[in-house]
Amino acid sequence: MDRNSNSYTFIYAAIMVILVAAILASVAMSLRPMQQKNYEIEKKQNILASVNIQSSAEEAEKIFEENIKNMYVVNNEGEEVEGDAFTIDLKKESAKPVEEQRYPVFEFQAESGLKFIFPMRGAGLWGPIWGFVSLNSDMNTIYGANFDHQGETPGLGAEISTSWFQERFEGKEIYNEQGELISIIVTKPGQEAPPVHSVDGISGGTITSKGLQDMLLDDFSNYKEFLNKKKS
Amino acid sequence: MSEPLFSKKNLKLLSDPMDNSNPITVQVLGICSALAVTAQLKPSVVMALSVVAVMAFANVIVSLLRNTIPNRIRIIVQLVVIASLVILVDQVLKAFVYDVSKQLSVFVGLIITNCIIMGRLEAFALGNRPWRSFLDGVGNAAGYGVILIIVGFVRELFGSGSIYGYQIIPDSWYISNGGFYANNGMMILPPMALITVGIIIWVQRSRNRKLIED
Repeated sequence: MDRNSNSYTFIYAAIMVILVAAILASVAMSLRPMQQKNYEIEKKQNILASVNIQSSAEEAEKIFEENIKNMYVVNNEGEEVEGDAFTIDLKKESAKPVEEQRYPVFEFQAESGLKFIFPMRGAGLWGPIWGFVSLNSDMNTIYGANFDHQGETPGLGAEISTSWFQERFEGKEIYNEQGELISIIVTKPGQEAPPVHSVDGISGGTITSKGLQDMLLDDFSNYKEFLNKKKS
Repeated sequence: MSEPLFSKKNLKLLSDPMDNSNPITVQVLGICSALAVTAQLKPSVVMALSVVAVMAFANVIVSLLRNTIPNRIRIIVQLVVIASLVILVDQVLKAFVYDVSKQLSVFVGLIITNCIIMGRLEAFALGNRPWRSFLDGVGNAAGYGVILIIVGFVRELFGSGSIYGYQIIPDSWYISNGGFYANNGMMILPPMALITVGIIIWVQRSRNRKLIED
């Protein structure tokens, strides 16, 4: 057969593509459950990290079971609604109309009292950023925070996932004295903000820092009614 | 007459890329990923193994197909072979060593664009038998991997004070604990990888006069 004819080339390409597609699809499907498991373990590690518990991938599930005893879903009015808190995808929720949105809450019993963990999701410079922030039972003081990102610049925006940045949030307050929700301001040098409501931003990571600040305000606002209820 | 599997000529396919025709230090191919993933030893090792796997299989597959591939689309066929192998590696990493796959992030995908692989397929596998192609693939990928591992070793030791994640420099040495030592932050950044590769090239050329150009 003539290897340089058009028909040979077309048939060759077609068969090759179909074969490759079949192989890749079957491998991806057979590995899917294990990959899913890894994503879940990572999420559990992140939730635990937001209440300052570091865990290895092997232990994460066990520690999570032992510590996060209570989780539930609330709506924009702060009422508890049906749903599995762990599997809710904030990205999908944010696309729904406000009344239908659902937000997960995780509870953690620390020695110093009950902590509430809130998942967050926002936009960085290159892609989504997300994280978990935990509040003391006064629903005002931040107990711990954990952030992660998809593709922020290493050494700049990507620093939001490092512990030295996350530790800055501990002890900060999200309500001002007038009782207004002002969340946490991520400042640039020279920017005036009350220290108890702000953390230093990252040099060279201004847009990521700004994205983080917006994410905190937006997502705390979603929980506003819930926070008010728990406070009183 | 058939040739023994490990004849002198065949072994040369394995050993040559280690020194005289090393892809990174002599041909200066695949530098991009060598700079990006070598801040620590573990990702360097995984990257090296991934490239060995992709390269060996790609060479064998293309070598097996070499008499059927239509000449006009041979580059596309090579790319499809490489790309599918890379996706397979990526999926396997995600399933079995998730933390490393997160560290390597886009660089696993970028194995596709690693010039060494396309270069060997085009220059070697298209014209040689599968076994010789296999050796050539393993040899070249190993030559690449060795440099990655050396650079990763140096950068992690001086940049983080650890090897393969285990702390080597005693805690009491650090300034924060009253000692005299601090990690070199520059080592973590890509420029030091380039400088480290440069030093390796320097050492190699001073030992091997054949490589010195006039």
